[in-house]
Amino acid sequence: MGETMKKWQCGVCGFIYDEAQGLPEAGIAPGTRWADIPDTWVCPDCGAPKSDFAMVEID
Amino acid sequence: MDRRPIVIVGTGLGGYSLAREFRKLDAETPVLILTADDGRYYSKPILSNAYTSGKTPDTIALADAAAMASQLKATVRTDTRVMAIEPDRETLWIDGKGIDGGGIDGESIAYRGLVLALGADPIHIPVAGSAADRVLSVNDLGDYTAFRAAMGAARRIAVMGAGLIGCEFANDLTHAGIAVSVIEPASWPLSRFVPEPVGGALERALADLGVQWSLGRVVQSLDDEDGAVRVTLTDGTRFSADGVLSAVGLRPRTALAAAAGLRIGRGIVVDRRLETSAPGIYALGDCAEVEGLVLPFVMPIMHAARALAKTLAGQPAPVAYPAMPILVKTTAFPVVVAPPATGVPGEWEIEVQTAGARGLYRGPDGRLLGFALAGEAVADKSALTRELPPTLP
Repeated sequence: MGETMKKWQCGVCGFIYDEAQGLPEAGIAPGTRWADIPDTWVCPDCGAPKSDFAMVEID
Repeated sequence: MDRRPIVIVGTGLGGYSLAREFRKLDAETPVLILTADDGRYYSKPILSNAYTSGKTPDTIALADAAAMASQLKATVRTDTRVMAIEPDRETLWIDGKGIDGGGIDGESIAYRGLVLALGADPIHIPVAGSAADRVLSVNDLGDYTAFRAAMGAARRIAVMGAGLIGCEFANDLTHAGIAVSVIEPASWPLSRFVPEPVGGALERALADLGVQWSLGRVVQSLDDEDGAVRVTLTDGTRFSADGVLSAVGLRPRTALAAAAGLRIGRGIVVDRRLETSAPGIYALGDCAEVEGLVLPFVMPIMHAARALAKTLAGQPAPVAYPAMPILVKTTAFPVVVAPPATGVPGEWEIEVQTAGARGLYRGPDGRLLGFALAGEAVADKSALTRELPPTLP
């Protein structure tokens, strides 16, 4: 099986993306890897872009 | 060939986000970024949550000015203050005294486009007493560093203001084991944003955590008392604190723009293209007033930065705002609020339960126009946000 699920935190507002949970309300299924989220995605809480200052791995 | 740079004044989220978005569209045009501080990049919203998240001033700073300059292929000049702008000559003046009594002093810089991302100043409410000058406010990383140093071994802190920042600090400092008293003229916290029952739920939740509330009152005087501060309220209540933090609001920085003859309202007035009344001069972020809206929050800055980057890259784009709920990071009892537009007719429907509170603001036709969610009710944020009208269509 694959590696363990990771969490990513928005460096701007602190929003946490948990790969295990996904973001079902935004159409991102549970288990979706951070790498598989499109570069055009932005933080749902503050709008910071994925690619830039935004998300850092935690845990 | 025009080698004049696009000049951005300010290295907060507005200035740096704009530079970042612009570089995605244009790798060549010179960009010069000026800042009165040290140009470190950091997330301002984290300042009022840093104790809880275990962050110190040094770990809050994500990159220094040199790293940002290299990342953005820009020149960043730190500790540099813009003293004057001459819109007609597309020139600004740094350091020195600027334009003073007809004479001009300092160094001039010609720009091809100018962006004001100046931010806002904390409002200071005058109070009487010998310790009035000991009031601190936290509006940037430098302030936060000073605040942490001044707090040292403080065990009791008085917070003036129960708005977004005051409530977040109250939550954060209490988590750190500090006894917090909050003084607020309104009768409930977040009174500018949420109806009374929702604010009351937050008040109880933070009281359970240990926050002492002094609502419906303001500080009358602050006096020195054996190294501590004696706080006297307008109703005569007195208590002692080791420090006083003021968080009563922000005022857009408009003086530089006003002196240059730009139109000023509550902020620097800009149109949908974020252009001021002077062609070629733009503003975004906490200093700007866009279609009458002054929104000192992250989400509007990100939208503005993307639109303005396109405009500066020669693809004029008006800014549009979706519904943008504000998250109040009172971790013990989180709040999400999407205030209805000013003056829009409607009524609050409010439901308060032990674990949360929900206020829905509906217009006469039943349409959702705003909401205030607290505690467990914040889980409904995404679904309710989809029902809201855009803030700026």
